[in-house]
Amino acid sequence: MKINVNGTDYTLNVPANTSLLDALRVNLNLTGSKYGCGEGACGACKVLIDGHATPSCITPVASVENKIVITIEGLEKDGQLHPLQQAFLDEDAFQCAYCSSGMIISAVALKTKNPTPTRQEIIEAMQGNICRCCVYPRIINAISKA
Amino acid sequence: MKNSVEGINRRNFLKLLGGGIAVALTYSDLNALSKHTAFVPPGDDAIAAWVHILENGTVTVYTGKVEVGQNIRTSLSQVVAEELSVPVSSIEMIMGDTLLTPYDRGTYGSLTTPTMGPKLRKAAASLREVLTDMAAKQWNVAQQTVAVKNGQVIHAVSGKTVSFGVLTRGKKMLLAVNDQVQLTPAEKWSVAGTPVAKVNAKSFVSGKHQYVSDMVMPGMVYGKMLRAPSYGASLVAADVEKAKISPGVNVVKEDNFIGVTAPDPQTATNALARIEARWKTTPQPSRAEIFTYLKTHAQDKERKAGEAVDKAFGAAPVQVQQHFEVQYIAHVPLEPRAALAVWENGKLTVWTGTQRPFGVQEELAEVFSIPKDHIRVMMPDTGSAYGGKHSGEAAVEAARLSRAVGKPVKVVWTREEEFKWAYFRPAGLIEVAAAASNEGLLASWEFHNYNSGGAGIEIPYEVPHKHIQYHPSDTPLKQGSYRGLAATANVFSIESVMDDLARQLKQDPFRFRLNNLKEERLKQVLQAAASKFDWTRQKEAGRGYGMACGFVKNAYVGTCAEVAYNKSNGQLQLLRLVVAFECGAIVNPMHLENQVMGCVLQGLGGALFEAVDFKDGRILNPSLSSYRVPRFGDIPELDIVLVDRKDMPSAGAGEAPIVGVAPAIRNAIADVTGVKLNTLPLLPHGMTLKTPSLSSNK
Repeated sequence: MKINVNGTDYTLNVPANTSLLDALRVNLNLTGSKYGCGEGACGACKVLIDGHATPSCITPVASVENKIVITIEGLEKDGQLHPLQQAFLDEDAFQCAYCSSGMIISAVALKTKNPTPTRQEIIEAMQGNICRCCVYPRIINAISKA
Repeated sequence: MKNSVEGINRRNFLKLLGGGIAVALTYSDLNALSKHTAFVPPGDDAIAAWVHILENGTVTVYTGKVEVGQNIRTSLSQVVAEELSVPVSSIEMIMGDTLLTPYDRGTYGSLTTPTMGPKLRKAAASLREVLTDMAAKQWNVAQQTVAVKNGQVIHAVSGKTVSFGVLTRGKKMLLAVNDQVQLTPAEKWSVAGTPVAKVNAKSFVSGKHQYVSDMVMPGMVYGKMLRAPSYGASLVAADVEKAKISPGVNVVKEDNFIGVTAPDPQTATNALARIEARWKTTPQPSRAEIFTYLKTHAQDKERKAGEAVDKAFGAAPVQVQQHFEVQYIAHVPLEPRAALAVWENGKLTVWTGTQRPFGVQEELAEVFSIPKDHIRVMMPDTGSAYGGKHSGEAAVEAARLSRAVGKPVKVVWTREEEFKWAYFRPAGLIEVAAAASNEGLLASWEFHNYNSGGAGIEIPYEVPHKHIQYHPSDTPLKQGSYRGLAATANVFSIESVMDDLARQLKQDPFRFRLNNLKEERLKQVLQAAASKFDWTRQKEAGRGYGMACGFVKNAYVGTCAEVAYNKSNGQLQLLRLVVAFECGAIVNPMHLENQVMGCVLQGLGGALFEAVDFKDGRILNPSLSSYRVPRFGDIPELDIVLVDRKDMPSAGAGEAPIVGVAPAIRNAIADVTGVKLNTLPLLPHGMTLKTPSLSSNK
């Protein structure tokens, strides 16, 4: 099986029912995407698949052959943080930060489609991401300002 | 002191220290500041924390406290940086490592800021004193003419400077804290008291920070455990043969423990699913009967109110009797329990996400019958806890599997395991009988709490006759710590009854509270909240206002809520929360705001819709699709007022803000609808008043 992640082609040999999340974390050692629920309900594992923020825990790795996968590790360019990563830093939009990579991925997808979302549009787009530390207002600010 | 693991003592400290100068503080130092009654220091000369300037001038701080998102890595760095006048970035905090850091009972109970903070300040200030003394002697000038700045000692008169590194070179000194050392008062703070960014923040937003669940080791395998179908079930027989068919799978069977290891997590999960087990179940209480159960299973059923309270209640013209039901809720730390364990020559090393690395070390020592100094537990900054990670289950499981298969083993609990096999915030039944005079002064107060706990049970208002009793009970679900713990249930009940009394008296609930309150700090936050909320402004039609106040461990909160009610369809909407909070001198206003914000919004879940559902020993909603936690769409407009009391010692902030949320919303709903909701969660079926109550549903 061949997949393309963050611009690099990888060949994998994994059990048939392996999730994209496990493949990323275990086989590619890209551990920025987190396990939170295993059912696509918390958003901690989100990655961009052809630009769509998608929970990787319920995405079979076999389904992303011939697609472009970008993870949190792929957002940084030449040591420069992505503007959304920088905005999260500037706004202190985290506590334990376990949700941050999934949040940032969802926000990147939103801002790519809609560079100036309203507060309500942010809330709707981010509804699938849980920040259990609940610093949601900070995250909304970060996304607005990025 | 028995050994270096239990507490590093002065004698063996120098071996660990290497070069440089360190100031250490002992448990007796620390204990003097701790109000925790159960606190037993490991030994008078045992070292509790220290600050160390290495020969290269870098400052390292060693503490057994751990970082779970509350940002003490940052705030403790700030207080040390303040006293030593060095940049926060030059400080390295070594935390929660049983080999390197001194014994610590755990990071809980809002103890870090009020106890560890001041002691590290004292240690750092003592170090500053030593450095200035050394420089003064070297230059042959008066000590008062030298000061520290930016990692250097400076002579004010001549302008001579010497770096900390040069001063400490070739030294090997361990000094005690000078208890009389001059601390920088909060009014003069320039690093503490400011919004310093989270230490290592960049590693988190770039996905590089290694939580325990991210860690790998060469040769490591993944572990999964066979779980019982319900609480109280015992294993009758298990056929594990089919689990072994995949290459690389090992099955470990030790008494009732059955686990598998495999080279990748999916293979481990697949193997586990092939185990065929038979279980014997036992009858278990269900949620439908929980409150009757807690009352009938109370250890202390006798209610000792006494004649004076009964008499005062009977004689008072305004009486309220209410009972409140509070459901079990789950912490749901987004990173579930995780551990990586490896054995080498009979010694065990474990990385695990826990609030009590030393507690986990003790747990492992007991399970494996090995001395504690054969066990090293480390806790990298973890994916949150909220009081839910006191125990070491994953560590024990990973260590057991690792010992059996002879390889490093990583165990990461699934969300379902976290829901079913960790522990919950206790459920509770609270019964209150309260009375007031016609003038609106409290006359009597009788308060019984079954099972929730004693935290926050004391009424903050003045009342001449009171009886307050906590009745521990036999809990059918495993229960434990949670931020605020029982204070949420107790303050919910207290503040609901206060509102109901005010309503019967036809008095403004704000005025009624102030009239019965002497505690100045509580008054101050209540007034601050009411003022920001604009409590006296005219209500729009269909709007209700509610308020509440409370305190936990020297931190005070006042909360106001505004709800909208559509009478035609029963729809409620939480429009706004205003929270005024005071915990003494603020160490980091930005992170304090996050603590308050997070605590309040997390509290929305327990206030409105979170409840663990269970029947016959099974958790019925062990997933994030069936157990709802607050999301973006749930948050109201939120105003946070931070009251900075530079004249007061800094206290913890992770608990108190939660206690006002539920009663303020409940009182606002009562204000606009007249309906008194006396259960937590208030609205388990959604924001409408027309649905059946939670407890009658299942």
